[in-house]
Formats: sequence, C-alpha cells, structure tokens
Amino acid sequence: MTGTLESALRRRIDGGGKCLVPYVTGGYPGWVDSLRACAANGADAIEIGIPFSDPVMDGPVIQQSSQVALEAGATPVSILQEVRTLDVGIPLAVMCYYNTVFHAGHERFASDLRAAGVVAAIVPDLPLEEAGDWCAAADAAGVETVMLAAPTAPDERLPRVTARARGFVYSVGLLGVTGERTSLSSTATALAARVKKVTAMPVLVGVGVSNAEQAVEACRVADGVIMGASVVRRMIEEGPDAVGDFVGGVRRALDGATW
Amino acid sequence: MSVLVTPGPDGRFGDFGGRFVPETLVPACQELEAAFEDAWADPVFRGDLDHILREYAGRPSMLTECHNLGRQLGIRLILKREDLNHTGSHKINNVLGQTLLAKRMGKKRIVAETGAGQHGVASATAAALMGLECKVYMGAVDVERQALNVFRMRLLGAEVEAVHSGSRTLKDAVNEAMRDWVATVESTHYCLGSVMGPHPYPYMVRQFHRVIGDEAFAQCNDLLGAPPGVVVACVGGGSNAMGIFSGFVDTQARLVGVEPAGGAAVKRGQPGVVHGMKSYLMQDEHGQVQEAHSVSAGLDYPGVGPEHSYLASIGRAEYPNVTDDEVIEAFQLLSRTEGIIPALECAHAVAWIAREAPSMQGQTVLMNLSGRGDKDVAQMMDILGGGQ
Repeated sequence: MTGTLESALRRRIDGGGKCLVPYVTGGYPGWVDSLRACAANGADAIEIGIPFSDPVMDGPVIQQSSQVALEAGATPVSILQEVRTLDVGIPLAVMCYYNTVFHAGHERFASDLRAAGVVAAIVPDLPLEEAGDWCAAADAAGVETVMLAAPTAPDERLPRVTARARGFVYSVGLLGVTGERTSLSSTATALAARVKKVTAMPVLVGVGVSNAEQAVEACRVADGVIMGASVVRRMIEEGPDAVGDFVGGVRRALDGATW
Repeated sequence: MSVLVTPGPDGRFGDFGGRFVPETLVPACQELEAAFEDAWADPVFRGDLDHILREYAGRPSMLTECHNLGRQLGIRLILKREDLNHTGSHKINNVLGQTLLAKRMGKKRIVAETGAGQHGVASATAAALMGLECKVYMGAVDVERQALNVFRMRLLGAEVEAVHSGSRTLKDAVNEAMRDWVATVESTHYCLGSVMGPHPYPYMVRQFHRVIGDEAFAQCNDLLGAPPGVVVACVGGGSNAMGIFSGFVDTQARLVGVEPAGGAAVKRGQPGVVHGMKSYLMQDEHGQVQEAHSVSAGLDYPGVGPEHSYLASIGRAEYPNVTDDEVIEAFQLLSRTEGIIPALECAHAVAWIAREAPSMQGQTVLMNLSGRGDKDVAQMMDILGGGQ
C-alpha cells in the first residue's frame, strides 16, 4: 500500500510538477511559524529535524540550530507534542539520528510518531544493514522510512537500498555534510540518474541544494529536492517571513521551469 | 573457546558494535574491512609492520617491576612500559598499522581525532614517516590544555583544527573527523584512535594493539612463570586496555578497566549508538549524549569501545572508576616512589590500584602504563602550584 508521503509526492509528480521538501529544525525558537510558512508557500511535505547532541551528517548551520534548540530545552517528546497540534495539510516527516530512535525503543518511537501525525522518518546514520528492526517497526506502525542513496554506493547496492525505501528515495547530493554550496555538485544529478534507473519510487535530491536555480538543475533529473541549510539559515537570521519568501520563490521556479 | 571475539560481517561483539554510519561511509567501511583482512593475513604486511614496530617504535616494550610502590602497597606491581614507545604512548602501534594499511589502499591523506593529543601526535608522526598528508581534529578545550602536543603535531607537519562545536572535547573531535571523512572519503583514510567507531575499527584497532598483550603474556611467563593475578588499564575509548586484555582474556587473570568518575560509560551509561557503534554511553533521558568531565583529556569521552561493553556484559572484565582527586594523588605517587611520571590517563589505573591494594595483598598486579606524563606536566603545575 502506498503511504501518505509517497502518495502526496506522486500527486505532484503525476501532475507534471516537481516536489519541494523544506527542512526545519524542530524546537528552534519560532520553528512552528517557519514550518507554517513553508506549508503556506508550496511545500509538498516538511522534514522536521529532531536535534541531537552529535549530528555527524550536518554542517555548521544545522548544527548551530540544533544546539540552540537543545539549549532552549527541546526534546523529542516536546517537539512531537507541538507537532500534534499542527494542522498544515501536508505530510510531515522527521529527520533524527538513530540514538533518538534506539533510546526510545523502535516500537514506541514509531507509535509516538504516528500519534503525533508524523508519517515518515529519515535516520541518516542507520544504513541498510542496520535498518531491519527499525524498518519493521515503522512499517507496522505505518511510518514510511526514507532511505538514503549515497554517491559512493556501488551499482549493486542501489537497488537494495531503494527496495527498502518508503515515501521516497533521498539521493545524497554530494560527498559531504549538509550546508549551502555556491553551485550544485555534478554528483547530484549523476547519482539521481543512477537511482532513477533502479527504482520507480520518487527520487529527491538533498544535501547541497542551496537555491532556486540549483533546485531546478537537480530536478532536470530528479523528482524533487530537499532544502535544509538554506531554509534554516533564513529561519535563524531573518525569521518565518523570509523562510516563506524563499520557499515560495523555489516553488515558483520549479513550477515555471519546462521539463 | 577463546573469549576474544572475532566479529563477523555485522561487526558485533555480543549485542555491541555494528556499523551505524551514513550511507556515504558504508562502502568505505566495507573496503577497509576487506583491506584489513587481506593485509592481516599477508605475511609481507605483517613482516613490514613488525619491522617498523621494532626499528621505529622501539618494540618490544619492557616490563618494569615497581619494588618501592609495590612494597608500600603490599602487592607485586609490574608495569608494561608503553610509555617508552616512540611518541610516548601505546597509540603508535595502531597508527603505524593504519597508515601502512592506508598506503596499501592507495590513500594520500589521513584524518584523525585526538583528545590529549597522543593519538594526534602519533598520527602526525606516522604520516610524516609514510609521506601522507595529515589533518588532526582536536576539541578547543583540549587545544588549550594540551598546547605542547598541538605544537608538536604542527612541527611534524600536520594541520591541527580546533573544534568549537558541542562540548569542544574528544567526542566533538570525532564528529568533526567523521564529517571530514564523509566529504573526502575517496582519497582519505580516517585513522581512528581507539577501539571504537564503526566496524571494522574496534576489531582492527584491537588487533593492532594486541602486540601489547601478546608481549606481556610472554614476558609475565618469563618473569613470573604464570599470568599475573590482576591486569589493570585505564579506559577512555579503551584501546590500551583492549591491547593488554587481549593477551589475558583466556587466562584466569582478573581484568580491570578504570574509567574516570566523570566519564564512567560502563558503570553509569546505558546502551546507545553514537560514532558508528552500539555501546555503553552516557546519555540523558532523551538519548542526548552527555558531556564527560575528566582531568585527563584522553579519557574525556562519554562512550567506550564495544568490546569493553561486551566484556562487561558477560562479566569477564570490570570497570570501576576513580575521581580526579584520586588521579592527581596517584600521578604524584608513581612519580615520587618510582621515578616514573605517568600520563594522567594511566594515573587512573594507578589510583585504582592504590585504593584497592588492601583487598589485593600479596597479589601480582600488571598495569599497562600506556603513556608518559610529560604532556601533563604544565597542567599539573597549574593544579598543584609550581613550587610544590
């Protein structure tokens, strides 16, 4: 059965459009307003980061937002409590490091997500070989586990990763951590093309997709983009209005491009 | 059957270990695992490594019996002198192994994390020897308290970057080294400094340090005619302890890994996952990793290598802890009674021995003196006052 997140993305893709999934750090002061601004300006789904003390996949911007959120007292429980009250009309996913899941317990974490209205999870330090138990618990609870495909993956690995993916396949845009770059890495489109060849799932590029122009470039091959540091930097520096303007701008660029 | 585990492809020591890394690093870990197994089984590689350990690092390290302190404590105390290796600690064993392997794999550059600076200095040394580019990540707090080692690394040609994120100590240096590796994995080898991290590191690093335990086992047989009653080592990530334990896990010897009270992962932690491994980990009620606090930068780590978690879980080794005050006392005790200034890390083992000696009267205690204390002298001068 196709999950809520995948269905929402497919609606966009089947209509000839491209998917836009912004990332917002949960628990950062004012984060809910930024999340609403994303939803109001054309996001197809939103990735909510659950801050962790040791975020090894994240660059300086998301690290900083995570640290501020933790210092403000954010916890997985407090973030999910706030999520429960949101009604933004688009699917919500969480991005969290595996210890958050492991510490809570697989079944409990999966059911807590569902109870809060979260339909999907991205766990960037849980690779295929270690993911079995969590994925089973998530499947049972109706939580779609997004798998990451990396530029370093050999050809034989990609189909195994995509076969386990639910919601969409997260095609990692470059060798490196999250953060804005001056140009889109050539590995972004190269990997997205490799992934598209082995799966019918929606393929979204994330990590290093920094502005509307780069989003359009990535979507020449991919079905959509995830935008993290560029959104979070605006949330930190300028607030929800700037986040909304930015997301709206990317949306218009994607809608205005010819594919 | 040996208690010493050779993990399978899942990298498990019992319930602990594994490979919890971003997808980007999975192929690199698999490649490293295959390259290590190939090298470890290759007599040429082993011969090259043995040669360099002997001619460059100064192995074998000797045993020294501490007659003065032993008499004072009512025990027979024997030190395994890893402090006399080139670069002043056991760290060189692992680093020479890993850099030789990195060269064999065609890597041009290594990155390393360091706490006290001993692993950083050893990495910079081996990189200079082997002609590899080297970058060392070190918490900003540690850069300050170990300024001498920072200068030493730079002198050896390494780039040292102070890490300002998180607690600005060892765990954050590991995070930053992993972030570097994610971005540079094709040309770079991550020269991890302890028996921790994703598979194959805990196993590989232990194998490179087994030489400590294998030598000590043979040396104890010569000296005592039998293994010692107790084997003691300090534990941060736990590489020097796994090195010496590996020679004695299959004997009757009591194995004791001494942790700092402010970083007692085994005693006060719960199973958790960070830095690529499942192991005992100090964390809060929500699974956030807690900051360790220790007078010794090298033990300032909230986790522990997975094989130690395994040995603790099956009851084969015990992991008590000692306070900073006891450590500062022990640092002076060994210096005054034996004329040996230990690294602050090893002073943890001395502190435990001094505290527990009344219950070990007449027993033979082998302690791994894994590093020398020169690097800690300036810090101790601040703590004790220069004139004391």
